[in-house]
Amino acid sequence: MSPERITFGGRLLPAALIAPQLLIVGLFFYWPAVQAVWQSFQMQDAFGLSTEFVWFENYRALFTDAGYYQALVTTLVFAAAVAGLSLGFALLLAAMADREIRGSGIYRTLLIWPYAVAPAVAGVLFGFLFQPGLGLIARGLNQIGIPWNPLLDGNHAMILVVMAAAWKQVSYNFLFFLAGLQAIPGSVIEAAAIDGAGPARRFWTIVFPLLSPTTFFLMVVNVVYAFCETFGVIDVLTHGGPGRATQTLVYKVYQDGRIGADLGGSAAQSVVLMAIVIGLTAIQFRYVEKRVAY
Amino acid sequence: MAPTTTIRIALAGLGLALAATPALAVTELQWWHAMTGANNDAVNRLADEFNASQSDYKVVPTYKGNYGETLNAGIAAFRAGTAPHIMQVFEVGTATMMSAKGAIKPVYQLMKDAGEPFDPNAYLPAITGYYSTTKGEMLSFPFNSSSMVMWVNTDALKSIGLSEPPKTWPDLFAAAKKLTQNGFPNCGFSTTWVTWLNIEQLSAWHNLPVATKANGMDGLDTTLEINGPLQVKHLANLAEAQKDKSFDYSGRYDSGFGRFTAGECPIMFGSSGSYGNVKGAAKFAWASAPMPYYPDVPGAPQNSIIGGASLWVMGGKKPDEYKGVAKFFTFLSDTDRQAKLHQTTGYMPITKAAYEKSKADGFYDKNPALETPIKELTNKPPTENSRGLRLGNLPQMRDLWAEEIEGTLAGKKTPKQALDEAAARGNAMLRQFEKQAGR
Repeated sequence: MSPERITFGGRLLPAALIAPQLLIVGLFFYWPAVQAVWQSFQMQDAFGLSTEFVWFENYRALFTDAGYYQALVTTLVFAAAVAGLSLGFALLLAAMADREIRGSGIYRTLLIWPYAVAPAVAGVLFGFLFQPGLGLIARGLNQIGIPWNPLLDGNHAMILVVMAAAWKQVSYNFLFFLAGLQAIPGSVIEAAAIDGAGPARRFWTIVFPLLSPTTFFLMVVNVVYAFCETFGVIDVLTHGGPGRATQTLVYKVYQDGRIGADLGGSAAQSVVLMAIVIGLTAIQFRYVEKRVAY
Repeated sequence: MAPTTTIRIALAGLGLALAATPALAVTELQWWHAMTGANNDAVNRLADEFNASQSDYKVVPTYKGNYGETLNAGIAAFRAGTAPHIMQVFEVGTATMMSAKGAIKPVYQLMKDAGEPFDPNAYLPAITGYYSTTKGEMLSFPFNSSSMVMWVNTDALKSIGLSEPPKTWPDLFAAAKKLTQNGFPNCGFSTTWVTWLNIEQLSAWHNLPVATKANGMDGLDTTLEINGPLQVKHLANLAEAQKDKSFDYSGRYDSGFGRFTAGECPIMFGSSGSYGNVKGAAKFAWASAPMPYYPDVPGAPQNSIIGGASLWVMGGKKPDEYKGVAKFFTFLSDTDRQAKLHQTTGYMPITKAAYEKSKADGFYDKNPALETPIKELTNKPPTENSRGLRLGNLPQMRDLWAEEIEGTLAGKKTPKQALDEAAARGNAMLRQFEKQAGR
């Protein structure tokens, strides 16, 4: 099947058609990114009264700070847990919703709702449930003898922010998985069933490989989400604590830039974070995509 | 007759136009603040009263979010050249504002330039000390001040045979232990703003420095001294009490205050500004008491330091606008107005006269909880150690100190390790601030 090429006459029309898109991308994506890079070479007071070009001093401060490496490790653990949990749970839900059951429409709609909740609000909701002394579930856990205390136990705090961050992303993943499942021809699965393959075997040898493009796409999206968009959840639930147990890179950017008014240092951190995310995405496309069957 | 009438109308119109001219020349003064609820009403009422009292100036109050958001909005506006005239900044933002020379107009300078009568001695020194240089020059105008007090559930205390709140830390730890064994298994006592009580107030209350150079008031090249023997001993006591929940940690900020009003924690340290909250929500007999002290420290207790916020005047405005701001501050200092503000909001009176008036009115007989913070603040004349803190980046530094305290309470670090680490990391932050602001 050779694709038919559609060509526009002249150069003006295609340029005019693509210009608005480029303008928006340039204005809202590249311009701030360039600004961040520029700012990361500067040192400034909060009011911008004096600015000094300091070359790589902000970066040097960053890479000699043990806390920064700790935040990097925390972020990797956090991102792996959030992506793993939200993808796994969404796949389970999607596989169940894909069956012919009564009222599946309502069921599916309800599963999509949580995506409309802002991360900070998700954090507040989880706070209501899991904050010791306040939360319903926290009280229940303590009553059955589990000393749940995310205010002082770093592992508990990490579990809490991972749950809240993943919960919010499950709906989005569910939507894509469901669409992917419904695109798999029923005849293939039926043929396998006739050949004597059980449900588990059918899933792992036929359905899951056919879902791999969706899974791959969602993996990239979820990792970027965990890296960049989760500071609302962390801010509401743990403020990066206890200690620095839940201080991820993006939360550190927020703390140093917004609370600490250290714009240069914060900009340097964002540039590094940007590089990490670009690098991770590139690795995923370079190595993981090879195992994806379209 | 007809032409005359016309002329009369015309003259009347001209007269009106002339009368309206000064109205057009009214100078607007922008006032950005962070007050919500009843305190927001108080701010609006003050602006209305001032606007009605004269016709040259009009104060326009605008709510800009919580303290942190208001400060950030002000900084962003200043960078964009649209700063307000008056900005309400919380006490921990003082160093940020002070080091921004050129961005602010010191209040003592403002009053002098405008020729307004202004006597720094009319204000409570424990309050103005925080906002003044070591030479006694007032940099910002105190507006809403509070301090930390010990809120107690007196019913609970009675149940363990105490008719009065504990006065010393050893007594408090003992009482808290009893409380956990008698109906309060989750929490003997707790605190909001963990570093405010256990580092900042603890040091001031025992006349110990938090940092060199008069807690940073004498210069940006200050280093932290929060890891002294008393602070270490106190943190060790807290960590020990955390083990059996006679002290139970409630987080870094004030979201844990509900544990007191809900009856879970019978003793809770918090802002005296929580008065309205306690009054509205607590279903038990309650009182406020001064913070405890260690009796083996000579001279303790000293005096507490304030929380709350003050009004900063932004730089680069016209002389006429400054004149209006100065008039507004004189208006705010009026004794009756201050007394009323104090009695309706629960914040502290900022002038000595307003305090005396409230006392003479018998206000504290009916509302003893509101006198506790004043008694703490005025317990003794402030010293270098108890005047206040002028540390750059204090909002973020509090987070950093809290991280280390959490490490100790979780049993991961010894108190000495944690406070040494808190001091070392805080010093790095102070050097960073010095580099940014000191150039």
